[in-house]
Amino acid sequence: MRNVKIRNWVIGAGTPVLLLAAWWFLSANSTDPFFPPLQTILVRFQELWLFEHFQSDVLLSLGNLFVGFAIAAVAGIGLGFATALLPPVRWMIDPLIHFLRGIPPVALVPIFISLIGFGTQMRVTSIALAALFPTMIATVDGIRSVSNDLMDVARVYRLSRKERVLNVLLPAAMPQIFSGLQVSLQVAFIVMIASEMLGSSQGIGAMTLLAQQSFMTADMWAGILLLGVIGFLVNILFSLLKRKVLSWYIGSRRMARAA
Amino acid sequence: MSARQAPTLPIRNRKSTMAQQPETRISATTPRLDVAHLAKTYGSGEKSHTVIEDLTFTVDAGEVVCIVGPSGVGKTTLLKCLAGLHPASSGRASIDGRTISGPPPEMALVFQDYNRSLMPWLTVRKNLILPLRHLKLPAAELKERCDSALAAVGLSHADNQYPWQLSGGMQQRVAIARALAYRPEILIMDEPFASVDAQTRFDLEDLCLKIRKDFNMTILVVTHDIDEAVYLADRVVVLGSRPARVLKVVDVDLPAPRDQITTRSLPDFARQRTEVLSLIKRPA
Repeated sequence: MRNVKIRNWVIGAGTPVLLLAAWWFLSANSTDPFFPPLQTILVRFQELWLFEHFQSDVLLSLGNLFVGFAIAAVAGIGLGFATALLPPVRWMIDPLIHFLRGIPPVALVPIFISLIGFGTQMRVTSIALAALFPTMIATVDGIRSVSNDLMDVARVYRLSRKERVLNVLLPAAMPQIFSGLQVSLQVAFIVMIASEMLGSSQGIGAMTLLAQQSFMTADMWAGILLLGVIGFLVNILFSLLKRKVLSWYIGSRRMARAA
Repeated sequence: MSARQAPTLPIRNRKSTMAQQPETRISATTPRLDVAHLAKTYGSGEKSHTVIEDLTFTVDAGEVVCIVGPSGVGKTTLLKCLAGLHPASSGRASIDGRTISGPPPEMALVFQDYNRSLMPWLTVRKNLILPLRHLKLPAAELKERCDSALAAVGLSHADNQYPWQLSGGMQQRVAIARALAYRPEILIMDEPFASVDAQTRFDLEDLCLKIRKDFNMTILVVTHDIDEAVYLADRVVVLGSRPARVLKVVDVDLPAPRDQITTRSLPDFARQRTEVLSLIKRPA
């Protein structure tokens, strides 16, 4: 058991290291302008992001991502509850959801650009609006799948409406809400980059696109590398949060499988 | 352990929302729970489906009454009407003469499926506390209620575990403890021991009788197990099916205290279970 764990961990960590090493050696003598040596990319990576543009661009992008995602999460869960629990809201919002969920979020960016202008506001708004729907839809589904038995318990024991929402429905729907949040996070990340590429001169996305347009391929690669690292770290953070909030769910699932 | 605490347990300690109805006049003969010509029909017109046609029976204070009948007879529907979860289509169910129109404050319900009636995200103790939060009890009383309820079902050691970490029988005991901590006067159980193993089932049946004795509760148990009904009950309400109606109310005259071995081997036990069984087996 323990050996298997260690082996899996070695494979998991070893594969990226091997791939990086392969990249390093295969590209070492590259003269192709589109595929500069990894060493050059890493040097530029350090020069660009650690720490010349760290504050002006990296923190800016991350801030937008965080604020946009936070708004999307709160609004998505709130609207999800309203949609699931209040029939008039459901009638209003249901058709809208089905229309909007078919549009790729990136396709909305041009609209936001023309509506709100090119500032930070536009970026946060487009991140929040695009990332809102996965969470909202998952919340609605989650609430609808809460078992009737659980709600009967809540009624028999005369829980108040507030208690039923906060102490029964919200935790019961939380596993599905978290799947929605996971998708929302990915969408937020994509829209963050897209909004910077389409309408900005600041941020990691803007820097990366600018580098490409100026034939500074090493800089472009460095930007993509940074986006990869950020995406990886953000996902780890999210998984840690999920493991904390849903520990009961993960535990009960493991127990059910073992039985 | 709870026998020691039992006499001091305050049972009537809840603000009753039904007590002010003026129509009430409780006489000595008013049964605790009165079901009179209760009927439940789902849907309307040609698609309507009558589950319960005309049910009449009573449960007196401190009594254990079992409802038996073939599966699919509408026992769960009946309980949902009694618990105020579903409105009756006609007739009425009342507690101390007051018609049940919503979940009554003096009633607790133990559901058939412990798996889906406990909150899996709460520990055992927090499951017990959840229904008590809106009573705004002092912390000491809250703790005392949970402690004594857990002690009564023999789960004092498990209060920090999650329900899914426990066996089926233990989970059902948690559900019973939750009902006990709520301090109901009337406890209703819907096939509470249907999905536990035989040994656990005997233990839980005896727990049920102990609760009645220690907490002086009125208990209504729905079951499809005739032996269990005869063993537990002072009276057995035998239902006939489709739509449900009362075939007969059988008075069980077995001596107390009941014991799994001696009671079940009494000739009277065999006679009464045969009586109930033949009522159910008889073509309607």
